Amino acid sequence: MNSLVRTSGSPRKRSLGDPAFAGLTRSAALAILVALAGVAVFLTIEGIPGFTAPADALAGHTTFLGYVWPLVFGTVLAAVLALVIAVPLSVALALAVSHVAPPRVATGIAYVVDLLAAVPSVVYGLWGIGFLGPQLVPLYRWLNAHAAWIPFFAGPVSTTGRTILTAGLVLAVMVMPIITAITREVFARSPRLTEEAALALGATRWEMIRMVVLPHGRSGVVSAAMLGLGRALGETMAVAMVLSASGVVTFHLISSTNPSTIAANIALTFADATGLQVNALIATGLVLFVLTLLVNMAARAIVVRSAPGGRP
Amino acid sequence: MATSIDVSDLDVYYGDFLAVQGVTMTIPARSVTALIGPSGCGKSTFLRTLNRMHEVVPGAHVEGKVVVDGQSLYDSAVDPVEVRRHIGMVFQRPNPFPTMSIRDNVLSGLRLNGNAPKGDQADEVAEKALRGANLWDEVKDRLGKPGMSLSGGQQQRLCIARAIAVEPQVLLMDEPCSALDPISTSAIEDLIDELRYDYAIVIVTHNMQQAARVSENTAFFNLAGPGMPGRLVEMSPTRKMFTKPDDPATEAYISGRFG
Repeated sequence: MNSLVRTSGSPRKRSLGDPAFAGLTRSAALAILVALAGVAVFLTIEGIPGFTAPADALAGHTTFLGYVWPLVFGTVLAAVLALVIAVPLSVALALAVSHVAPPRVATGIAYVVDLLAAVPSVVYGLWGIGFLGPQLVPLYRWLNAHAAWIPFFAGPVSTTGRTILTAGLVLAVMVMPIITAITREVFARSPRLTEEAALALGATRWEMIRMVVLPHGRSGVVSAAMLGLGRALGETMAVAMVLSASGVVTFHLISSTNPSTIAANIALTFADATGLQVNALIATGLVLFVLTLLVNMAARAIVVRSAPGGRP
Repeated sequence: MATSIDVSDLDVYYGDFLAVQGVTMTIPARSVTALIGPSGCGKSTFLRTLNRMHEVVPGAHVEGKVVVDGQSLYDSAVDPVEVRRHIGMVFQRPNPFPTMSIRDNVLSGLRLNGNAPKGDQADEVAEKALRGANLWDEVKDRLGKPGMSLSGGQQQRLCIARAIAVEPQVLLMDEPCSALDPISTSAIEDLIDELRYDYAIVIVTHNMQQAARVSENTAFFNLAGPGMPGRLVEMSPTRKMFTKPDDPATEAYISGRFG
């Protein structure tokens, strides 16, 4: 045993390929960590002065918390709206592609959905301002007229359609491709044998999906939704363009006064910012960074806890 | 309850590909019928036409007739989902629902039928099915545990319990022991021996001793030639089949001289 260890363990006798490969992968992994740490360090160092900045650097707010809170609220609200719209749609689409539509149609749908991911966000922004927003105004009026008792639809109704709900809809279209792609993969990998078991018991296709495909794909759907959430939280351009923001905290989704988001606020005010204003903006960036980090960690934890295979 | 199956001139297709040709046979009630033959000769494909499971593959269809109790399975008015509720199936590898407990696995078929038993009645149904599958004594203390926590042989008996819980008329078994060890295999064979009094059982097997042990009748399938569709060579009482079969090809296959 000893002699075996010595001969094969001697580093000089081994080829250079293995250590070179190991070194390469290790440095690639390190590079990611260094980049992430670099961003974190930059945000922290440049952001710290922002936490204690005076009111004139915080758009009139007396404390940083008062400044960032409406932005965090708007960021989360827009992202959650996007998910509420996108997840059911994505799950339905993924099921259509993996289990319902005939193969040729399914390939077509999958292709179109993937194509949505290739559209630049500035184009989505233009679409939101120029087409979707105005088109939605009549619907918003109708909602306000008939469902104003639900606080979400309280007035006064926006005349341009550039509301947080429109922003959420645009975000939904943007995060749908990634959520659909991941759920589709998970659904397609649901075990054929178990599907047949359900069908052989006399399950209809929908019953089979409910008994086998959805339970199997549950954790995959959750992690896909979390990834989508991470993207929606950080999306800048489309929201900055679509949203007519006034920095309020409100659950009125279709009114003319809307909360802004962290990323959109940075994009819109950074160009004119000076001195401590810049530090304050970077500090909000740090808050967003931490927020997305937490979302991604939560997604990881959920995926690990309910690993594929679907055992509860 | 005594259900027999009459198959006449059945051709089975996958798209344009003719997989099995011209099968005519009668599967008697309350007995075990074994389907034997080399791999790829269409015995599993044929088995799956008996509960319309082969239609799950896109493009698969049949020509000809399958009549169960005077009802033609392939009438345009017949819903395949309904057919499968009356004709149970057990697969090659055990496939309990991984997200369900042992008890829920047994009751899953009944829940689909929309007449899910409740409370005590559900317990009775589950116990009856598990006893029927010779599994009750092994699992009675852990009915709430996941079905996947059982051994392979127990899982397969769980699948049989799941199939008989809905009280089907016919039970189809597609090489039910091929993934099991000899002891589990013998447990399943004993079970088949008991189930024959209540169901018409059709079993596909590669194990000729198994066919000889469990079945009353045996059907031998073979390819008509390389690249040609599978066909039924002969079907006879098992004792005759394994002593003096009518067809020389059957004798060659059974005696191990395959040609």
